[in-house]
Amino acid sequence: MDLSLSDEQKQLKDAAERFVRDKYTFENRRKIAATERGWLPENWSQFAELGWLGMSFSEEDGGYGGGPIETMIVMEEFGKGLVLEPFLPTVVLGGGMIASAGTKAQKEALLAPMIEGKKQFAFAWLERQSRYNLADVSLKATKEGAGWSLSGHKGVVYNAPSADHIIVLARTAGSAREPKGLTLFIVDAKAKGISRRDYPTQDALRASELTFDKVSVGADAVLGKVDEAFPVVEGAVDRAIVALCAEATGCMDAINAATLEYIKTRKQFGVPIGKFQVLQHRMVDCFTNAQEARSMTLMASLKIDDKDATVRAKAASGAKVQIGKSGKFCGQSAVQMHGGMGVTDELSVSHYFKRLTMIDLMFGNQQHHLTRYSNLAMAA
Amino acid sequence: MDLAFTPEEQKFADEVRAFVRANLPADVRDKVKNGKHLIRDDYMRWQQALGKKGWLVYTWPKKHGGPGFTPAQRYIFENICAEEYAPGIIPFGTKMVGPVIYTFGSEEQKSKYLPAIRESTVWWCQGYSEPGSGSDLASLRTKAEKNGDHYIVNGSKTWNTMGHWADWIFCLVRTDPKSKPQEGISFLLIDMKTPGITVKPIIMADGGHEVNEVFFDNVKVPVENLVGKENEGWTCAKFLLANERLGIAAVPQSKRGVEALKDIARAEQEDGKPLIENQSFAEKIADLEIQVTALEFTELRVLSQMAHGGQPGPEVSGLKIRGSEIQQRITELTMEAVGEYAAPYLPGLLWQGTNEEPVGPSYAHLAAPRYFNTRKTTIYGGSNEIQKGIISKMVLGL
Repeated sequence: MDLSLSDEQKQLKDAAERFVRDKYTFENRRKIAATERGWLPENWSQFAELGWLGMSFSEEDGGYGGGPIETMIVMEEFGKGLVLEPFLPTVVLGGGMIASAGTKAQKEALLAPMIEGKKQFAFAWLERQSRYNLADVSLKATKEGAGWSLSGHKGVVYNAPSADHIIVLARTAGSAREPKGLTLFIVDAKAKGISRRDYPTQDALRASELTFDKVSVGADAVLGKVDEAFPVVEGAVDRAIVALCAEATGCMDAINAATLEYIKTRKQFGVPIGKFQVLQHRMVDCFTNAQEARSMTLMASLKIDDKDATVRAKAASGAKVQIGKSGKFCGQSAVQMHGGMGVTDELSVSHYFKRLTMIDLMFGNQQHHLTRYSNLAMAA
Repeated sequence: MDLAFTPEEQKFADEVRAFVRANLPADVRDKVKNGKHLIRDDYMRWQQALGKKGWLVYTWPKKHGGPGFTPAQRYIFENICAEEYAPGIIPFGTKMVGPVIYTFGSEEQKSKYLPAIRESTVWWCQGYSEPGSGSDLASLRTKAEKNGDHYIVNGSKTWNTMGHWADWIFCLVRTDPKSKPQEGISFLLIDMKTPGITVKPIIMADGGHEVNEVFFDNVKVPVENLVGKENEGWTCAKFLLANERLGIAAVPQSKRGVEALKDIARAEQEDGKPLIENQSFAEKIADLEIQVTALEFTELRVLSQMAHGGQPGPEVSGLKIRGSEIQQRITELTMEAVGEYAAPYLPGLLWQGTNEEPVGPSYAHLAAPRYFNTRKTTIYGGSNEIQKGIISKMVLGL
């Protein structure tokens, strides 16, 4: 057992810190968010050059042999800068599912260029009725000659406007909400029959509503086995959850630092407001919450590749519960302690608060994961 | 970074488990497992077995006669002891005064006191709080006046845990009444048999006797019992408190407590079904288990940092805060699980270990006393409000 970072991991952390410091000042981020794409191609190229797009994949898959700890390190720094580049949908989700379920040909055609920074992905799983149930999928894929035809709707598909390929979760058999009978398809984002409504999200990311109208794909578009996608999706989503937890930890560090600085300088009643015990204790609670978030993220990053599926699921859900709880506490407290300034667009605080709030909603909120964890933990 | 044990660590874990199973007296194990009250001899038999093995002072470095465990070994040792229902090691000698003596004491003091702590032949207790000095510890007034080769000690100490079993007490005393509160304090070791010391029990809300008031009436203490320099005892006091707070998190005990709670929730019925199938109650346990996991990994991170650089810093105050809140939550949910059968008060069974028949299931009568008693955890060792003050000042710079 050893919980210290290796020298390579320390260098990775330094590099990610440097990137955020140089490229993601709050004013820079505002400019990036206002561009048409909502992220910068030059930053994406830099990620590729630094090896971040391939670090968590095996050397066999063309990566650099790292894993969840490397993802954690980078995502935490991204959280501190509220980085907008689509690392989660492309690398963690898209790349992750191709690495775990793809054929050699799919890896060569998609994963290798992704690692070079030349391809981006989006993962379309959610539908209007799904809420947090990954199996509640009704978009239908029916056999059409040797290939398939996809029809239906997908919602809040992050990075769909920029993605080269959409990875679509579709029902090929079984009834509504049945985990069996789901299949993943890799679909060209420009395929005929896909229509998109693009929009920004509360936290300045980009997403789309997608309608599939008889979209034809070949047999080679199937990712993994027909009807057997659920475990692949669940595994990928759990890894994405852990990555999000790392991002949230970075957000909490940053929002706590901003709040601490503010209460040391803002004066009322003739003293810095940080002299008041009621604010001191609230600030300490923020600090403790961020510590717990960091601990649970580390725990989950260490366990997310465990052999036992229950251990993996409990790790992801346990961490997501903590992040939901701590993120809300730090976010709401930061806004409160900043007073009126906390609810303005002008300060970074409201932007961290918005991101933390959206992270709680992604892939199941605190309550959802508490229930999931509880069902797993009480079974023994 | 790797959570898995190395082959050497696994071998060590096997060795610890085998040792505990072979050396923990069966009657003591049963008492711990069934939540019964332990007496001095129960603790001593187990601690002396550990002492012979060299593991009693498992947090000490090699040069002071400890085993020099790595953080991983320390984690393994604590967890296996808890899993095997070993009693908690009494911290006053091993985790409090021992490290103070090897850090600040003279060579004579080290050779006089440390072996007896390592082997558990002497029972230590703590003389910190006073009736007028609780959270504001530095306002203490028990005074020690130098008179030739002796100090004459007068005053009283309170919340003295297990002092009725103790051979020695370490005390914070005022040696300079004129200077600032923190500057006139000294750290003194006192033999409990010295004439002029009276121990008076304080009975707690659960009906038990674990703490005392200790009165000092012209107690003569040789000057060589002063640890460190006169009037610089506050340094020892702070050092001791930081060490105390690390152990206070009680993670292995809380892990055991959550499992015991689950067992009770499986045994208890509601509407003809096990209580654990009640979704809202199950989620309360789940939430608690997640809190314990977060605390465990925070402690592991602190231990990992300590392995690379020395003493625990003020951030361990956070461990004390969350650890103590979690201990309380366990007792609160346990009582909730037991329901109305928590009401019967059975002091014979609880304190004397008589063979009285329990009312309801055997765990029921323990639930409420534990809940009442455990309210102490957010108060002792520096109340949680004091801990927040420490973090606020030392970590956040407010």
